Amino acid sequence: MEYFLQQLINGVTLGAIYGLIAIGYTMVYGIIGMINFAHGEIFMIGAFISLISFLILGPSGGAMVPIALLVVLLIAMSLTAVYGWALERIAYRPLRGSPRLAALISAIGMSIILQNYVQLSQGARVKTLQPVIEGGFQLMKAGNFTVVLSYMQIIIVVVTVSLMAVFWTVITKTALGRAQRACEQDRTMAALLGIDVDRTISITFILGAALAAVAGMMVTLYYGVIDFYVGFLAGIKAFTADVLGGIGSIPGAMLGGLLIGLIEAFWSGYFSIEYKDVAAFSILVLVLVFRPSGLLGRPEVEKV
Amino acid sequence: MTKPLLSVEHLSMQFGGLTAVDDLSFDAADRRITAIIGPNGAGKTTVFNCLTGFYPPTVGRLIVSFGESQYQLEQMEGFRIAREARIARTFQNIRLFPQMSVLENLVVAQHTKLMNASMFSIAGLLGLPRYRTVESEAIEKAEHWLERIGLLARSDWDAGNLPYGDQRRLEIARAMCTNPAMLCLDEPAAGLNPRESAELNELLISIRNDDGIGVLLIEHDMSVVMEISDKIIVLDYGRKIADGEPDAVRSDPAVIRAYLGEDGDAQESSNV
Repeated sequence: MEYFLQQLINGVTLGAIYGLIAIGYTMVYGIIGMINFAHGEIFMIGAFISLISFLILGPSGGAMVPIALLVVLLIAMSLTAVYGWALERIAYRPLRGSPRLAALISAIGMSIILQNYVQLSQGARVKTLQPVIEGGFQLMKAGNFTVVLSYMQIIIVVVTVSLMAVFWTVITKTALGRAQRACEQDRTMAALLGIDVDRTISITFILGAALAAVAGMMVTLYYGVIDFYVGFLAGIKAFTADVLGGIGSIPGAMLGGLLIGLIEAFWSGYFSIEYKDVAAFSILVLVLVFRPSGLLGRPEVEKV
Repeated sequence: MTKPLLSVEHLSMQFGGLTAVDDLSFDAADRRITAIIGPNGAGKTTVFNCLTGFYPPTVGRLIVSFGESQYQLEQMEGFRIAREARIARTFQNIRLFPQMSVLENLVVAQHTKLMNASMFSIAGLLGLPRYRTVESEAIEKAEHWLERIGLLARSDWDAGNLPYGDQRRLEIARAMCTNPAMLCLDEPAAGLNPRESAELNELLISIRNDDGIGVLLIEHDMSVVMEISDKIIVLDYGRKIADGEPDAVRSDPAVIRAYLGEDGDAQESSNV
């Protein structure tokens, strides 16, 4: 029971991070119908920017920590957003209207370029960060096993949930969100109503990148170890979360992220940690066999 | 003399070797319903597609003037045509946002106004008073239109679930919510039954008289065209063969030869 609770806490934390990345994929897919395979690298860049900002701000302990966290969060979100914006301008906008495969190849190309760019500029070795936030609550004790809910896990879940709430409000309640949904459903028609489609797409990339940056910062703080390759597996996992939840659906991305996080945590806890990725992808296969459009996805309607 | 609302000058549109529109010139006035008719493949929809910036015309100018402003549509990006030159359009095959509610379809049409008030959504997110005012005005306008087309009771339905005739009228209402100077309707009566078609006539006449804008209409349904148009332009193989008031056009021998006389299958929709 204690062990179960601990893995549940770990799983939810992991799932929150996957969910943040997954939203970026699903939004871009929704609006331009392509998988932005460089999104994992945007997440990795967010992690690096947070790490560098932390190191520059210095190990300012004590009362300064909340402020430092906020500053790093803002720096990481805004700089990563610039990367997201530039990615769309350079690699995807010129290919708008060409076959989808072209944009897909371009995305993979950008993914490799960004990885190599970070590898060259930051070196290939893993980077470590001293724990910034330590400690936590001891929830339960059974023999020599203690269930710990660390402060870091609380921060991750609280930040993620509040960002998702803000984000959900933007999508459902504001003019921008309405424009995004309009572009998703019919871009030509949206333009005829005076919506600047290009700008709406740019904003989508900016929002997705900012959320990925938050995920990057959380991973840096949580694990304390990153390298230039960290975006690859995280990206694939988040993409899996999207497909599981139903790609194109934002609640689906959140749910999918949570499920992938839980599956991984429980599998590593009860079976073998080596096969946790296999477990996550196997569940994906099973879901797709029975619900090809994902858990919350709408079945594809044939347009006549 | 004041400039007409829309002035099409020597418009030609070629697709490879095919000339879809050939040296077409006509004017469409403010507060008038101007109909474009012609047999299938005469180039009517192509004219609309040039107007709304889908294709740049091969030759010609498309000028919109109102107030002190004048716009050359062929040099403008699509969304600016809607935003600045204030041209709104509907399609032969309805293009509502099917997964948005009926009300939202009308609110999204007022995007420019809302977006300006929302300052990159920040004001909208915080619910600042100025944005709230603009938003409630937008909803009021949407509800006004829902009342006019008789859909107020179904404002929270998904637009895609409405019956066909209601979708047609909703599409016109959505176009009107963009605050257009000119409304371009591509076969609004297609697929409507006689009762719905009569309702449509009433709606279009009220748009002309009460909202005071110009309407440009492509239509096959002669009962609609002859009843409500102030002016009719007849196209055949991309060229204008007649231009005038309904009675004059009806008795024009060239028109009878090209269209009314030979082509009895006038109800069928074209797909140019």
